[in-house]
Amino acid sequence: MANLKELRSRIASVKSTKKITSAMKMVAASKLRRAQDAAESARPYADRMGTMLGRLAAAVGGAQGAPKLMAGTGKDDVHLLIIFTADRGLCGGFNASIVKATRIKVRALKAAGKTVKLVCVGRKGADALKREFGDDIVARYSGIEGKKGIDFSEASKVAEKILALFDNGEFDICTVFYNKFVSAISQTVTEQQLVPFAAASVETDATETGTSAIYEYEPSEEAILADLLPRNVGVQIFGAMLESSASEHGARMSAMDNATRNAGDMIDNLSIVYNRSRQAQITNELIEIISGAEAL
Amino acid sequence: MTDTTVLELVSPSALLKSEPVEMVVVPGTDGNFGVLPRHAPMISTIRPGVIEIYEGGKVSERIFVAGGVAEVNPERCTILAEEAVAVSDIKADEAQAALVAAEADLQAASTAHETANAEHALKVARARIAALKN
Repeated sequence: MANLKELRSRIASVKSTKKITSAMKMVAASKLRRAQDAAESARPYADRMGTMLGRLAAAVGGAQGAPKLMAGTGKDDVHLLIIFTADRGLCGGFNASIVKATRIKVRALKAAGKTVKLVCVGRKGADALKREFGDDIVARYSGIEGKKGIDFSEASKVAEKILALFDNGEFDICTVFYNKFVSAISQTVTEQQLVPFAAASVETDATETGTSAIYEYEPSEEAILADLLPRNVGVQIFGAMLESSASEHGARMSAMDNATRNAGDMIDNLSIVYNRSRQAQITNELIEIISGAEAL
Repeated sequence: MTDTTVLELVSPSALLKSEPVEMVVVPGTDGNFGVLPRHAPMISTIRPGVIEIYEGGKVSERIFVAGGVAEVNPERCTILAEEAVAVSDIKADEAQAALVAAEADLQAASTAHETANAEHALKVARARIAALKN
């Protein structure tokens, strides 16, 4: 009976798939730990940068001299969206959810008569978006994550490109889309405005120093702000990259965990079918022998 | 117990240092400044140069930074550095190579943006070599 042989090879192939997915799960788990550590150790810098900028923004206030990166260009005609996805697939809905959110946003913006430009970080996002919005993609990056995780220089590269675009007046508002890492099994698509910079309200220093500290600035507030804002763009992008990479590994880990479990279930079911049909065959043969003996 | 202020040195990828020190000298854009405990609050940008940490009236540690910002308040001195390396870890030949590369980039730069970048890299490279010399 060819059926038995078919079943056997089917079981063997599912078994090897299971081995692959469980190996991928292990790899993702160890990468996740590293990515999580990296994301955590990058947080102090971003936090302090945030408070410092908030303080400076409060000091400069709505003054005329505020840099464009903070005050904006006064228009909102051209939107630049930066999309962070993975370079590789097999990570559940990770890439799809970002792409979906982006698509909705781009369609809404276009319906409102705005111009949209896209920067894709990660190969998958660019691949998925190029069919519908191929002409809008102004830059794409891939291979962000090296052997040792993500380097800040990668983020600076992207930041430089964005600042160059801004200096040339090629966009008015810049928003980043990335998967924020919540836990290994849950990531949320996050939309964050990068330019113009939205200052987070800073809690006053009163609790920290006892006096409402009046800061001295060296050189002027404006000069420091002009220096810090572009740097902040880099830091924000770096943060998004780290979050996105931690999310990617988390998503891949749970996707591969599911796949491994499904493969296990499938093997169980196939084995039952296999055993049953083998038993049926044996019974059949026995009946044939017995009825042959009876006929004599 | 001697009076100390907390020095926090943070780079984009990690919190490098968070410890009490007696005094720290920071290379501000408008000149070096020393930070002692109860320093008046201030925020300053940093030029490429060396942060010197003083312990017992002597320099105990020298760290090269490639620029950034410092925030000082009475209890702490927070330095956000783009890049930070202990001076003792700088390799002379690598620093020299970076200088040569930066000069070449400046020669090759065509746009204002590239020129600005190359000039910055050159400044950092020069400061790194200067840090080694003394």
